[in-house]
Amino acid sequence: MRWLWIDCIIKYDADKQLVAIKNVSLSEYYLHDHIIGGKPIMPFSLMIEGMAQTAGILVGSVNKFKEKVILAKIAKATLDSDVTAGDTVRFEASIDNIDESGAATCGFIDRRVAGGDAWERVGRVDLLFSHIDKNMAGTEFPEHNFVFSDNFKMILDTAGLASLAE
Amino acid sequence: MSRDDIFEKIQEVLDDALGVDEDEVTPDASLTADLGAESIDFLDIVFRLEKTFDFKISQGELFPENLTENEEWVADGKLTDNGLEMLRGRMTHVDFGAYGEGDLEVSKIGDLITVNSLVNFVEIKLAG
Repeated sequence: MRWLWIDCIIKYDADKQLVAIKNVSLSEYYLHDHIIGGKPIMPFSLMIEGMAQTAGILVGSVNKFKEKVILAKIAKATLDSDVTAGDTVRFEASIDNIDESGAATCGFIDRRVAGGDAWERVGRVDLLFSHIDKNMAGTEFPEHNFVFSDNFKMILDTAGLASLAE
Repeated sequence: MSRDDIFEKIQEVLDDALGVDEDEVTPDASLTADLGAESIDFLDIVFRLEKTFDFKISQGELFPENLTENEEWVADGKLTDNGLEMLRGRMTHVDFGAYGEGDLEVSKIGDLITVNSLVNFVEIKLAG
């Protein structure tokens, strides 16, 4: 089962942009193992995974989730501020380029601190995805799309985007 | 655009795609052997070249793909005469030197793709 690092899609612009949010909760046990300066800090690697899921859904939606979209390369990843329990993270992913082999995406990470109203830009994560059936010649993969599991469909359903996968 | 201008832009592309310093990007540097490019980096480079020079690159146009699926081109992991002839005709931007039947392993083709090959490729594409 896939572990989701986004809670909800809040904006979808077909073939162009997808925005998702994650609420960082102290009930998530990994935070208790990542205390820095006395504060539980969301690890940047998990923020990158959140962006990968956001951008991956966007890339997958272009071909109605028929392609097996795999994160192949982190082209750029910067983070300027820590994210802690109570904060909300916004992942804003856009397609930079896409063809039959894969896709390049550009992503911004914003943070809204607990109790606040304003969003603050805190990071940038650009990724490269591979359509593995088109790139791994001679390598056989299962017929079914193991990338976009039921978990992802739940996220689409929640956002009223279930028709994208039909 | 002059060849020097193309070279400078390719230096930037490879700096971004491979995280190498511009002074490592010499004309004779091999993308795989010298600059450490892996297969997925080629897709990254293709996307960056498209954006930088504003043209489209078809799959397999810049780097050969799926060669091993054709027995006429590859035997025992090495290029046949037909395979070399096909590559010389299709990839005029790469210098295949004096290789003959069975001299060149498929896994070594990437080593022949140099910074100069990319400059040649862009020059040919821009000339239309």
